[in-house]
Formats: sequence, C-alpha cells, structure tokens
Amino acid sequence: MKYSKEVINHFENPRNVGEIKDADGIGEVGNLRCGDMMQVFIKVKDDKIVDIKFKTLGCAAAIAASSMMTELAKGKTLDDAYKISRDDINNSLGKLPAQKYHCSILSAGAIKKAIDDYRTKQK
Amino acid sequence: MKRIYLDNSATTKPDQDVVKTMEHINSKYFANPSSVHSFGQDARKIVDEARDFMAFYLNCDSSEIVFTSGGSESDNLAIKGIVEASKIEKPHVITSQIEHHAVLDTIVELEREGRIEATYIKPKSNGVIKVEDAEAAIKENTALVSIMYINNEIGTVEPIREIGKMIERVNKKRGEKNKVFFHTDAVQAAEYFQMGTKYLHVDFLTITAHKFYGPKGVGLLFVKKGTPIKHQIVGGGQESKFRAGTENVAGIAGMHRAVVDMLKRKADGKMEEAKKSLPSLQVYSETKRIKKLRDKLSKGLLEISNSRINGCKTRRSPNNLNISFKNAEGESILMMLDQAGIAASSGSACTSGSLEPSHVLTAIGVTHEWSHGSIRLTLGKDTTEEEIDKVIETMPGIIERLRTMSPLKN
Repeated sequence: MKYSKEVINHFENPRNVGEIKDADGIGEVGNLRCGDMMQVFIKVKDDKIVDIKFKTLGCAAAIAASSMMTELAKGKTLDDAYKISRDDINNSLGKLPAQKYHCSILSAGAIKKAIDDYRTKQK
Repeated sequence: MKRIYLDNSATTKPDQDVVKTMEHINSKYFANPSSVHSFGQDARKIVDEARDFMAFYLNCDSSEIVFTSGGSESDNLAIKGIVEASKIEKPHVITSQIEHHAVLDTIVELEREGRIEATYIKPKSNGVIKVEDAEAAIKENTALVSIMYINNEIGTVEPIREIGKMIERVNKKRGEKNKVFFHTDAVQAAEYFQMGTKYLHVDFLTITAHKFYGPKGVGLLFVKKGTPIKHQIVGGGQESKFRAGTENVAGIAGMHRAVVDMLKRKADGKMEEAKKSLPSLQVYSETKRIKKLRDKLSKGLLEISNSRINGCKTRRSPNNLNISFKNAEGESILMMLDQAGIAASSGSACTSGSLEPSHVLTAIGVTHEWSHGSIRLTLGKDTTEEEIDKVIETMPGIIERLRTMSPLKN
C-alpha cells in the first residue's frame, strides 16, 4: 500500500485541526469498532462556511481526508459544501489506496452532518 | 538521518557473510545438484553439508530435513500433507486462534472445502494456550495438532514441549495406526529458543531463514522419520520426493551460514551446547542483552499515559514488544515513527486492509479501543541502546500529537 504525495502532505500538515467552541454546527461520524472517528465544527455567516475545524482519530488516510474536506468546504455556501462528494475528496487527495476509500466516504458524511446540524438548529 | 529498524519479526537484514556466501555459491556452484557430472556433484555437496548442519541444529537426522521456499510453504506442506495422507475419512485438525495466517488460513480453507473438521483453541487472555485445552480438543478422528512456538505479533511462548509430551501420552493409548501428529510453526523461535526437535517432541517443525539474518525464499520443514505426508509439489522427486524442484543451492547455503552464525550468538560460541536440550537459553549473553534492551523500551514507553502491553509480560520472546496506546491509531503512529526514521509494525485494522484489527489481539480479548492503537517493535542483533533511547525519546511527542487531533478525551 502506498499513499500519494497529497495524502502524506495532509497527514503531516493537517489543515484546520481543532474545535470551534461556539460552533454553529457539529458533525460526528465513525465508531471505535472500525477505528476511525471524525468530528467537524463549522461557523456559518451569510449562508457561508466562514470557519471549519476537525478532530479525527484514525489512520493517515482518515486524517488526510478530514483535512482535505475542510479545505474544500471552507468559504463555500452551505449548498455547495453539502455537495462535496467522496470522489471530490478522493480525487483532490490524488486517490486513496482502494482499501482506504471509506475514509473519503466518512469525511464527506461528516460535513453533511455538520450542515444538517446547523440547519436543524436554525429551525 | 540514521534509520532505526525495529521490525525484525517481519524480516531481518541478511548478514554480510550470508550475502557473500550466496554470491560465491551462485557463481561457483551453479550446477543442478541432480546432475551426474562433477559440476552437479559439487553443488550436491553444498546441499548435503547444509542438510547435515540443519540436522545438527534441530537435533534430528539429515533425512528428516525437507528444504522449502520458506515458512508458508513448510506450513502448507505439513498441514495439507498430513490431511491428504490420512486414512481417516474426514480428519480433524486442532490449531489455535492466534496462528500465523499460513497455518490458520490453510486450515480454514480445508474446512470450507469440507475436507476436514477443525477446532480453533482460544488462548488465555495473556496469549498462552493451555495444554489441557489442546488435550480436551482431541477427538477420535484427530489427525493433526498445529500450534505455533512463538506468536509473531505478541511474542508469547507457547508450551510446545508440554503439548508434544501430552500428544505422545495420548498416542500410547491410541496406538500407531491412529496417531495424532504434531506440527509447530517455529519461525519466530529460531533465534532465541530451544530448537531441538527431540526436546520439543514434535513431528513437524517449520523454520525460515530470513527471520534469522538469512536469505528470503528458503526454509525447511522437519519431518519426523516415518510420518506419512503427501507431497504438495510434484516433479523431479527432489527432497526425498517430499518437495520437487531444483534445489535453491545458494539459498540453502545462505541459510546454512546464517544458522552457523546464529548458533555462535545464541550460545556464546559454544556450538555443541546450543544443540543440547537446555530448558532456557536466557543464560547466554545475546539473549540477555536483547531482553534487557526490550525491557528498557517497554518501561520507557509505558511511561506514556493510557498505554498497555499486549500478551504475557514474562512468557514472551525477548525481542518482542507489543504495546497499545489508547486514543491514538496504530497506522498513524507507524507513519509518524517512519518520518522520524523508526520502522515498526502494527496490528491495527488500518494496516491490514481488512478493517478488522489483528485476529491475535481480538482472540486474547483486547477491545477495539486498545487494539486499534497497537504497535509491534521487534529488536534484533544489530539493535543498540542508543536506538532504544531514541525511540523512548520520540514516542511521547507522536502520541501526544495524535491525541490532540482525536475527538475522544483521554
């Protein structure tokens, strides 16, 4: 198994690590059984994601996929961010090894959950 | 950056004199040992000498040595060989849940094909198999028991001699025709443990050269005289028809050289003594040195909060440390160690590609929160105290960094 340069880069220097204490939306995915857990925090202003942070427990691919997802989502409108797909994340990372593809599924799910959480709170 | 290799249970770096021996043999003794001409006879002599020395090392007869391509082939040959030679309609095979996949998957496959019945013994939570459990599993149609000597992941020492004696006792009652045979995968044992086949009371024993500074692609299966097994590779009838194929002369010579060097290390140069049925080799300086370094590493890493050792702390190979860090994932730890120039391995799901953590850790009851954060560090003859100090110094920062990124609280 070999990781792409992008994966290694995002694993070594993950972007947007941390939490947002007064987050407008939080998304949580994964479980301990599979070994990967992700948390995404978003700050929303004028329907745009103005700040985003993540916390991930998992392998290098899980950390890189979380980091890439936050990069892709930052500054986007909620509707556009909601459309970020597993393949967007996977392709931006220069493709994950096949057995690590689920990490891109997880991180695409995490941002959707955070947006759902924000929208539920707004109602 | 000076790199540190702590993955000696995966493979070892071949000794320089092993490499030189192989180069020499490859160019000078190139002929087919089965040829009648003098070139062939010269090559035959190399193979025969190696066979005699392996017999010395394993305290058996030269005719009981079958050279193979390594551990997996030897395991397959022993298990399938016994099953296929058995007169029992559906033979029963006993093994453990913590075997190497070369044993485990061979048995699982035979079972799925409906050719055998199988029992997988669960070890105690310290990773050691109980002799009584092995005995209790024996049935009327049991043909083979296959239990590893040293576990490759957690380094636990299994009671091979005791199981061997138990089986002999059972066989006395069953009679020659209905014998239960005993195989041990001793791949991880060669360097630090007693390898006499008479001492161990085994019918089959697997070793492979690359685990003790020899070349890859060569190993052997000890097959006790009179044990009925069916060959798995058919052809020119080499290895007393147990294993066809032109002998890997250079590889065999390389393994020969590696065992000579190993015995010198193992018994402080006292070759005859290394062969004797000593209950423990821990009296010798190299084993003591390795154990001391491993213990230092273990103590140093346990200073990190929420860490624990997997497998028995005492009944364990002196070169093995398997440690778990809660709330840090094994593969991520490995990759950060690798960036720091330190090579290790992991039993986390993420390194296997199966999404399931190590079957060994699961069998001994390690929960997911611990097994995902497991790493294995295995020392070798070239490991130095400075290297161990470097690992102890490097690890806390890595674990801390990963824990800061984790959504779970410590």
